[in-house]
Amino acid sequence: MGRLSVNLCGIELDNPVIPASGTFGYGYEFAEWYDINVLGTFSFKGTTLEPRFGNPTPRIAECTAGMINAVGLQNPGVKAVIEHELPEMAKVFRKPVMANVSGFSLDEYRETCRLLDAQPQVGWLEVNVSCPNVHGGGMAFGTDPDAVRRVTEAVKSVATKPVLLKLSPNVTDIVSIAKAAVDGGADGISLINTLLGMRIDLKTRRPVIANKMGGFSGSAVFPVALRMVYQVAHAVSVPVVGMGGVSSPENVIEMMLAGATAVQIGAANLVDPMACKRIIDGLPETMDRYGIATLNEIIGGVC
Amino acid sequence: MKETLFTIIENRPLTDTVYLMRLSGDTGDITAAGQFVNIRLDGLFLRRPISVCDLNGQELTLVYKVVGKGTAQMAGMVSGEALDLLTGLGNGYDLTLPAERVLLLGGGVGIPPLYLLAKRLLAQGKTVCVRLGFNHADEIFFENEFRALGCEVTVFTVDGSAGEKGFVTNGLDRERYDVFYTCGPEPMLRAVYRSTVTSGQFSFEERMGCGFGACMGCSCRTITGYKRICREGPVLMKEEILWED
Repeated sequence: MGRLSVNLCGIELDNPVIPASGTFGYGYEFAEWYDINVLGTFSFKGTTLEPRFGNPTPRIAECTAGMINAVGLQNPGVKAVIEHELPEMAKVFRKPVMANVSGFSLDEYRETCRLLDAQPQVGWLEVNVSCPNVHGGGMAFGTDPDAVRRVTEAVKSVATKPVLLKLSPNVTDIVSIAKAAVDGGADGISLINTLLGMRIDLKTRRPVIANKMGGFSGSAVFPVALRMVYQVAHAVSVPVVGMGGVSSPENVIEMMLAGATAVQIGAANLVDPMACKRIIDGLPETMDRYGIATLNEIIGGVC
Repeated sequence: MKETLFTIIENRPLTDTVYLMRLSGDTGDITAAGQFVNIRLDGLFLRRPISVCDLNGQELTLVYKVVGKGTAQMAGMVSGEALDLLTGLGNGYDLTLPAERVLLLGGGVGIPPLYLLAKRLLAQGKTVCVRLGFNHADEIFFENEFRALGCEVTVFTVDGSAGEKGFVTNGLDRERYDVFYTCGPEPMLRAVYRSTVTSGQFSFEERMGCGFGACMGCSCRTITGYKRICREGPVLMKEEILWED
């Protein structure tokens, strides 16, 4: 194993850096900026059983040290993802990829996961029970421990690959949700999805976002994310993928000390298309500065 | 597409709220009139997309209106300061549409991308007729610049304080043109859509996350499917536009 490598649910990653779903498309937009094979892996755009256009625009709002998005799971549906996007992705990325799945019913989660699980390129399933931008799906599941357990069981009944549950921070007790996912058979937990937020345009006195509210992300949410990763990592025995406002090698190390086995980068990709490459390139020097020999040894290093 | 540092060589007001900024840097990835750059600014999370107004070798001209924190910060910058730009974003206007006489319709801060377009159309030997629309006389900019290129220019103001009173679509039924290109506020674009009789191209504005096709923040529906304003746009053919509502 290399200095940066980690093992996520039985699959070795060259490094723990993973672009987060919804901020990296299917990879090929970023392959125009750098060779994306330097990544540990990436989590591709959230996939649903049927095609979705998503929400009306504006879908984006600026915030202090962050942004709100209300895209609403725009994607061409699992059939088109398998027929078109995965073959295109294979041209630019040769490692196992993380398939992010969302749904509006247990059957939909199960079927979409079954179809993606069968794709050789897919290394992990990341089940999104935390999208704040759709009605009757996503976060509606992720805020109720019983529902999270049922979604996890449904997906696990068809999955042969490791299943991570991606959790919402918009809950009272993140640990009870994470434990419910593990009870349902989750092989890992990823968190946090975006925080439900809002902005109002003073000139029009209307919400900036057409959908009124959206998911807040970016550097501003890092301390909240770190706290939740810490709480969950100390409460469950499965690997945790930490994310939320990560934009530097220092942030990656901090997340890993809190208990993350791997770290996702989201909003940072949108303002700096080379963010993940820069973070990976900066890790060895940052590790030297803090006396870290290998990243694997620091996971959960803070009690 | 490229991320690169540009140096400001000039930044001056054209009107009370509209500024012209000239920058020097690697313009190699800017291929078409109607493309935009996405500008990183101190203390602001998202970049600010601004259309390319002119291009001369390694020199890039942006004309922007101060509408919020980002553009206000730009207005305060001086020669010698550096800006981090993503360049070569968006599709830009299609110069291969067959035409001898071309009509350009620009409204307010939608006018700047039409300048480089006019230059390139004139270089093809086409006759370029320009209609520029403003609210008031004191908002007028670039009238003389378009004339200096050799365009036939008509200025319109909503209140009649200069040029012809009304909108750029006034008397359009008497205008002769083979194709048109337009950029401006959405009500103007809708009026142009209704008032034009030939094919043409529209440049759209939308709030963007990334500006390079990753976040799906600026998606729109078209006759030919979903498009990202930042990637498959900002320029759409008249025939593919689906107006919302």
